[in-house]
Amino acid sequence: MKKFINKIDDVLVESLSGFAGAHHDLVKLSLDPNFLTRQQKAVKKVAIISGGGSGHEPLHAGYIGYGMLDAACPGHVFTSPTPDQMLAAAEEVHADKGILFIVKNYAGDVMNFEMAAEMLPFESATVLTSDDCAVINSTYTTGRRGVAGTVIVEKCVGSLAETGATLQACKALGDKVNGLTASMGIALTSCTVPAAGRPTFDIEDNEIEMGVGIHGEPGRKREVMREADAIVQQVVSAILDALKPSPNSEALLLINGFGATPLMELYIIYNTAAKLFNHHGINITRSLVGNYTTALDMAGASITLCLLDDEIKQHWDSPVHTAALRWGV
Amino acid sequence: MKTSFILSASESIRDAILDHESELESLDRAIGDGDHYINMKRGANAIVEIRAELESLTPDAALNKIGMKLLSTIGGASGPLLASFFMSMGKILKENADDSAPSYAAAFVAGVEAIQQRGKAGLGEKTMLDVLIPVAQQFSTLATSNTNIKDICTALMHTAEQGMLSTKALIATKGRAAGLGERAIGHIDPGAKSCQLMIEAVCKQLLLIQN
Repeated sequence: MKKFINKIDDVLVESLSGFAGAHHDLVKLSLDPNFLTRQQKAVKKVAIISGGGSGHEPLHAGYIGYGMLDAACPGHVFTSPTPDQMLAAAEEVHADKGILFIVKNYAGDVMNFEMAAEMLPFESATVLTSDDCAVINSTYTTGRRGVAGTVIVEKCVGSLAETGATLQACKALGDKVNGLTASMGIALTSCTVPAAGRPTFDIEDNEIEMGVGIHGEPGRKREVMREADAIVQQVVSAILDALKPSPNSEALLLINGFGATPLMELYIIYNTAAKLFNHHGINITRSLVGNYTTALDMAGASITLCLLDDEIKQHWDSPVHTAALRWGV
Repeated sequence: MKTSFILSASESIRDAILDHESELESLDRAIGDGDHYINMKRGANAIVEIRAELESLTPDAALNKIGMKLLSTIGGASGPLLASFFMSMGKILKENADDSAPSYAAAFVAGVEAIQQRGKAGLGEKTMLDVLIPVAQQFSTLATSNTNIKDICTALMHTAEQGMLSTKALIATKGRAAGLGERAIGHIDPGAKSCQLMIEAVCKQLLLIQN
């Protein structure tokens, strides 16, 4: 394992401290329990809190700030945060209109946020994101996982919350965006969790993992490496199957890198995916390409399509000022 | 049961987890994301570290405290599930404080039910419950039929082992391995393995003080 770390046990706190230092104009870090909030507390709005295992940076702390999150709770690497973190964060950012948790649909995250919501002295609601259409068999009741589409949910819900909308309205928009979003990932290599010290899964040089999750958990199928167009074609088909968009739909296309894939390749993926979606009558009018929901040092990428209506477009376009997304301000 | 037993059992559990590092790690690498051992170790160490704090508590309060500590230490799915187990066990013991095998069995059953509710899972889903549910049922039956502690422990260790091994043939429908479909077949569930280790550690500790 070759990584820029000092002591394994210090990885999380040193990284969080660096993040908070680099973005001290935007975020504030509290340790033990660990959570981050906006530097300037917002008033009279639904407080949006997200969180999850670390290793997916910039998710979620990179999305704290005007127009997105009020707080984020980072867990250990690839491990859900714990209820004491969420309770402390909620106490800090609560602004009289309730708490909305945005939670990726993984068993651990769901249970920890659920226990926090039960213990919380404020009104709360939860949006579960489940955009990963790689999990095909619906009898597997864990259901679809929440992956890169979570960023789109956080952006839109965060925008609505700034207008002073109610908790119910924010939850409804989050659920709507989630329902119109589908993602699928492809891994070219494994990632290495620092504390484990070796790759999470074994994969041959000529193999790819189709439908990989953002922790390197296996997906649909192990396949042979092919040219980019053929891989993208397969993912685009899976997304179209999941969303069944009507012709002339308008959509946002997000090409997300998993951490070790160059932007150059992400744009190759974008180039092909946009053409293929266009070919199916989908008009890509918004796009985002880069590392937004990573899996440590995994090489690979995910493709996310979010179908747009006027409301979602308005909230995607609205001003946002966070460490990882910034426009209109 | 005295709090001192809970403390020594916690140490046995910690030792059992540490002794099985490579096994737990490779099981989770096969069908999970490879962090199960790290999380279990963090939890087990945290309990041993608050020994002084636990010592002064009654057994039910100590179990509740263990649950709270695990909840804020482990994270993942194991954290809330194990926390729910110990907190429910503590709650039942508080309501029914007599120092008898049937009370402990009732508390154990309540703990396992709490895990089922929190995880919305049951038998045959390739999880820790494939160990815990049969053990709870057997514990309950044996404890109410005047079986001696030695025989109870021997039987429960055997049942835990069988339950753990049974996960090998199953497809996962809960937890991270659920995305794997049939590829999960042939692998023992890491959560089932760590539960079996914990049950074995507590039973061995009980047998030790019986002799």
